[in-house]
Amino acid sequence: MNMPSRIVIDPVTRIEGHAKITIQLDDEGAVADAHFHVTEFRGFEKFCEGRPLGEMPGITARICGICPVSHLLASAKAGDQILAVTIPPAADKLRRLMNLGQIVQSHALSFFHLSAPDLLLGFDAPPATRNIFGLAAAQPDLARSGIRLRQFGQEIIELLGGEKIHPSWAVPGGVRAPLSEEGRQRIVQWLPEVRVTALTALKLFKSILKKHKAETQIFGNFPSLFMGLVAPDGSWEHHGGKLRFMDSSGNVIADQIDAANYREHIGEATEKTSYLKSPFYKPLGYPDGMYRVGPLARLNVCERIGTPVADEELAEFKSHGRGAVTSSFLYHYARLIEIIAAIERIELMMDDPDLLSNQLRADAGINKLEGVGVSEAPRGTLFHHYEVDETGLIKKVNLIIATGQNNLAMNRTVAQIARHYVRGKKILEPMLNRVEAGIRAFDPCLSCSTHAAGRMSLRIRVLGADGTVVNEITRD
Amino acid sequence: MAAKTLTIDGKQISAFEGATLLQAAEEAGIKIPTLCHMEGVYDVSACRLCLVEVAGVSKLLPACTTRVSEGMEVTTDSERLRKYRRMILELLFAERNHVCAVCVSNGHCELQTLAWTHGMDHVRFDYRSPRWEVDNTHPRYGMDHNRCILCTRCVRACWHIEGAGTKNVSGRGVNSRIISDLNQPWGSSDTCTSCGKCVDACPTGALFSRGSSVGEMEHDRQKLEFIVTAREKKQWIA
Repeated sequence: MNMPSRIVIDPVTRIEGHAKITIQLDDEGAVADAHFHVTEFRGFEKFCEGRPLGEMPGITARICGICPVSHLLASAKAGDQILAVTIPPAADKLRRLMNLGQIVQSHALSFFHLSAPDLLLGFDAPPATRNIFGLAAAQPDLARSGIRLRQFGQEIIELLGGEKIHPSWAVPGGVRAPLSEEGRQRIVQWLPEVRVTALTALKLFKSILKKHKAETQIFGNFPSLFMGLVAPDGSWEHHGGKLRFMDSSGNVIADQIDAANYREHIGEATEKTSYLKSPFYKPLGYPDGMYRVGPLARLNVCERIGTPVADEELAEFKSHGRGAVTSSFLYHYARLIEIIAAIERIELMMDDPDLLSNQLRADAGINKLEGVGVSEAPRGTLFHHYEVDETGLIKKVNLIIATGQNNLAMNRTVAQIARHYVRGKKILEPMLNRVEAGIRAFDPCLSCSTHAAGRMSLRIRVLGADGTVVNEITRD
Repeated sequence: MAAKTLTIDGKQISAFEGATLLQAAEEAGIKIPTLCHMEGVYDVSACRLCLVEVAGVSKLLPACTTRVSEGMEVTTDSERLRKYRRMILELLFAERNHVCAVCVSNGHCELQTLAWTHGMDHVRFDYRSPRWEVDNTHPRYGMDHNRCILCTRCVRACWHIEGAGTKNVSGRGVNSRIISDLNQPWGSSDTCTSCGKCVDACPTGALFSRGSSVGEMEHDRQKLEFIVTAREKKQWIA
């Protein structure tokens, strides 16, 4: 009789942070269950207690090296609530500009550096070349333009915040510095090149989509809810707006929810096997209230983007679903459309004199003891919820991170892929990479690691029911 | 006032009787690292960073409180001194919670600058990681004991430049801490004039303007020197 076994992928490669995947096999060698575990513990919610509110954007930006801007902005917005101020219009526009830069650079990293090697070189390409270096050797122009696209996004962040990573620029009440005229010109110079890069990548992705019919079907294709910010008119939003939940048939089930009321709609479950919390849509309970956030969800919940090319692409994208687009493999597709949306929005902003304004910061004391800041991070909706004492020292922090909100869906994705590709204790590397690639489609961001590409080893273990290793493969 | 002649780092110099080695060195263009020293208030030789070697004296002497004497031979830079200065800096970092990356004074901090210039790329001692609180009760300023190095510049500025006498030191050894009045929340102090001189005196991010974000706090030490020069010499030189 076969012993029930577990396959462990540890660590998962080409994602941001440290995680492992466990695939539990039954007696017949078929996949019984699969889990995505986040194995790192950060503790920000705890050690921020006692810190002054003004420091929070700078501290929480350190949560991540890929998306520090997302934390910076959500934190500053929570701070705005506690100061009880409306920030100057110029500050809002500048925050939006930085967030657009952040979306471009992070999405470019996800697509070109982390996922394109799988998509363009093939899941069965040798692991030694299935990375950004292999891509650079096979398609140098594409790799170079992708790297430059990321550089463009990072330069916007640097031009505003003074540094590419961890700028402490957004503050409760506004921002610290405007865009300089030189900076504005620099961004304008970049725009034609990055527009071509984004359109080329999207065209390329659409051309290979037919070849990836299996992945589209298998990589996390299931009904779930979707959540994201939308503008008052239902259009795509990334920094302002309110929350919308949609089901997989495309029905809006909750709309224009104020971020401050998130707890009425979102519950947070914890699991013994992971440091990542599992948020769920409260009215449906845990785990039925599984919802997805991020590019796929944002494009599902919005009615339009509001810029010509992106809107055209959005219409085509939506034709891949009935109601909502449900395949997690199409996160990649949504990401590329969002890059175009961001570039078009940046183009539209460039003549706005407010970007150069010096009226940037509303000055106020502690006027409320609680604040919730919400912003769309590249990977999805990000919540920062603070409680302070009357002197402005933090009493309580609750962070709901985009990747956490995709936790239930990532588990489901891993199980779906494993069921399709894993048969018994024999492990083939390309099959395991498909399991990893399913996770990679969500672009999970688990820590501050910017050095994931090609650096992590992969260890796969098959464990017998008694916990002994019955098979092990190591890839350096 | 009689002049004294001495040698600092092999350079023959003369200084007024009663001058400190630090003053004499500065006059001669020789830089000695300091942390608790601040122009405008008296010295207390607390930080020990300005320790120098004096020929014929076995122990190291603080330049800020050692007076010049005739024929003195002083060395301000040697392997031994560099070793001790770096150790002092490491001990300061290990004693409380100095996290430069998220500090309000990041990029404008005397402790950070000294660590950088003395090649302190890591701390060899175990961090004590004590639990200190932030006093944010003052309407304009905050005090984060995590970042305090007990240089007492704030105390001396408060007593001897402003004359309010709000700031004091309580406790002993590593448990010492800066207090306001009778060890009460700063915001409830009856004596504090909210002048901000203590904040400008602070070499680190321990004293800061409320609402400061990371790297935003810049202390204006020159303002204190300006006030003292104006008061004592009747010279208003900005």
